[in-house]
Amino acid sequence: MRKIRTPYLLLLPGFAFLFTFFILPIMNLAQTSTQTPVGGGDTGEFEQTLRFSNYLDAFLENREQFGRSFVYATIATLLALAIAYPLAYAIALKGGKLKNFMLILVIAPFFTSFLLRTVAWKQILGEEGFVVPTLRTIGIISENTTLTSTSFAVVMGMTYNFLPFMTLPLYASIDRIDPRTLEASGDLYANGFTTFRRVTLPLSMPGVVAGTLLTFIPAAGDYVNAEILGSPNTKMIGNVIESRYLTIVDYPTAAALSFTLMVVILILVTLYIRKAGTEELV
Amino acid sequence: MTKESITAKGDLRLTRLTKSYGDFTAVDDLSLVIPEGSFFALLGPSGCGKTTTLRMIAGLEEPTVGSIHLGATDITTTKPCQRPINTVFQNYALFPHLTIYENIAFGLRRRGIKDVEAAVDKVLALVELPHLAQRKPTQLSGGQQQRIALARAIVNRPALLLLDEPLGALDLKLRRQMQIELKWIQKEVGLTFVHVTHDQEEAMTMADTIAVMNEGQIEQMGSPADLYDNPKTAFVANFLGQSNLIKGTISGNDGDSHIVDVFGQKISLPKNRSHAIDNSIYAGIRPEKFRISRLGTPTSGNILTGGHIEDVSYIGVSTQYQVEMPWGQELMVFEQNDDGVAPFSKDEEVNISWEPIFTFGLRGDEDATAGSEVNPEELDEE
Repeated sequence: MRKIRTPYLLLLPGFAFLFTFFILPIMNLAQTSTQTPVGGGDTGEFEQTLRFSNYLDAFLENREQFGRSFVYATIATLLALAIAYPLAYAIALKGGKLKNFMLILVIAPFFTSFLLRTVAWKQILGEEGFVVPTLRTIGIISENTTLTSTSFAVVMGMTYNFLPFMTLPLYASIDRIDPRTLEASGDLYANGFTTFRRVTLPLSMPGVVAGTLLTFIPAAGDYVNAEILGSPNTKMIGNVIESRYLTIVDYPTAAALSFTLMVVILILVTLYIRKAGTEELV
Repeated sequence: MTKESITAKGDLRLTRLTKSYGDFTAVDDLSLVIPEGSFFALLGPSGCGKTTTLRMIAGLEEPTVGSIHLGATDITTTKPCQRPINTVFQNYALFPHLTIYENIAFGLRRRGIKDVEAAVDKVLALVELPHLAQRKPTQLSGGQQQRIALARAIVNRPALLLLDEPLGALDLKLRRQMQIELKWIQKEVGLTFVHVTHDQEEAMTMADTIAVMNEGQIEQMGSPADLYDNPKTAFVANFLGQSNLIKGTISGNDGDSHIVDVFGQKISLPKNRSHAIDNSIYAGIRPEKFRISRLGTPTSGNILTGGHIEDVSYIGVSTQYQVEMPWGQELMVFEQNDDGVAPFSKDEEVNISWEPIFTFGLRGDEDATAGSEVNPEELDEE
């Protein structure tokens, strides 16, 4: 009998934790999402009226921010992939003795606070930073263009902040590739590019899928980058939820938006995994 | 793909090939011609430079010095994908994300061959695994993966097929079977095979010509029978099979033979099988060439008297004796068990005799134990 009980005992702490701090709050959230203010006033008190049209109202009111969230998150994910893939490839296949050192460098930013790093980007992209004057000198941006409080700054901040989440899974999957399969590809008449397209890339797909999910999901719900590096014109859905909860004290709308965001992400992720077909891979 | 190197064919010529890694020289001034259509083996212990040589031929390593020609074409610096050479890798290196069919079709597709399906089907039939076309490599056994790796290479009809310890991961029985199959396939497709191995029995079973390598150089090259019957160095004598090397001095000549003085006894050694450079010589005799006889029994040929049987091991087809000679050396003697029972027992006093033509002579200043260290990999198998 012990044999059968042991796995359940091992599951117990995790399950208890998730039940208390995830299942219960989310049920509470679901409940809140269909409430309406007591007496139609703005006292901050709400009662359950099962008003499901909260969802429709919340969505229609914030279509723009929803759209922006997914556009920003997609661009940031693609940028992070474009930067992280060559990086992970170089560390895994050419890193040699420096492999571990370079991996530490990849996660080194985590040693300082997320907020602090984002604030630092404000300075980097600000008038006093080196980026703006340089770009002006070489004529990429005009004299009166600024970079802070733009969607560019928000996307850059997100790309930077989520880069390690992209790099580490990519590294793990590229590092697992047997270098002899790459040699075999060259031996079988494939040039460097064909070897990458036919062997390296397909074999690293688990890392690409994991990395893009780990970047896209938090990026779509992020509000810190838009808050610090953006302007009212770059508000993402995370900013709306934050202000509904903490500033406007409109709990039902905030809850409905949270659920909508969750469902949309879930649908997108499911479609993506189906399309990428990771279960086909070893 | 349009480069002329891809259509090169003919004999493979390695000229003064050297590969160094810092202070370490893996391959040292190696020159070699491998004739088109032959089954050639590079044989040697691990670290002798045989795999490095193979990788330079494949284009996976660039030689420090020297050149590689295929026929008239210099391919020394040609990229692997532009050489008409395919490799069967040591651990097969099949593409795990592709089916067996796509693994085999890989090289054909890269070269834009038209009828991929017919070629793949034909080679799958040759290796007798047509039913596995739609499987993934991880669903195959080691022996099956080995055959697919071979099929993936030979389907391209390369001018040269390189085999890097291709049977190393198989168990002994499967390896014996694959040795015979490989040999048969080589004859069937008529390609030049260059086979790297540390297993002397494997090299002797399959190759037309064997080059024995040691410390980055070729010790001796020849047919399996040449190397076995007339080794030039102690390393070859010990690495290919086993040898008894008896220290002696050339004391005279008798026609085509040297007379060699061995601890006071005289034996005869054909001059054309002697590689000694002065009077100091090792007389070499393979254990199965010896005959044991009781004292007083008439014998012919070379005779060494005063043997004392130290140990007898019966191993079925033969019996192995350790015979201690008056000068303290223990000689190894293999007698076929073709007369029923082991006729000699421990502690018997015996003479040892053999036909003089089976004697070979090595330089007297050699290390008689070179190449005889037991290879741990081989211990596992037996």
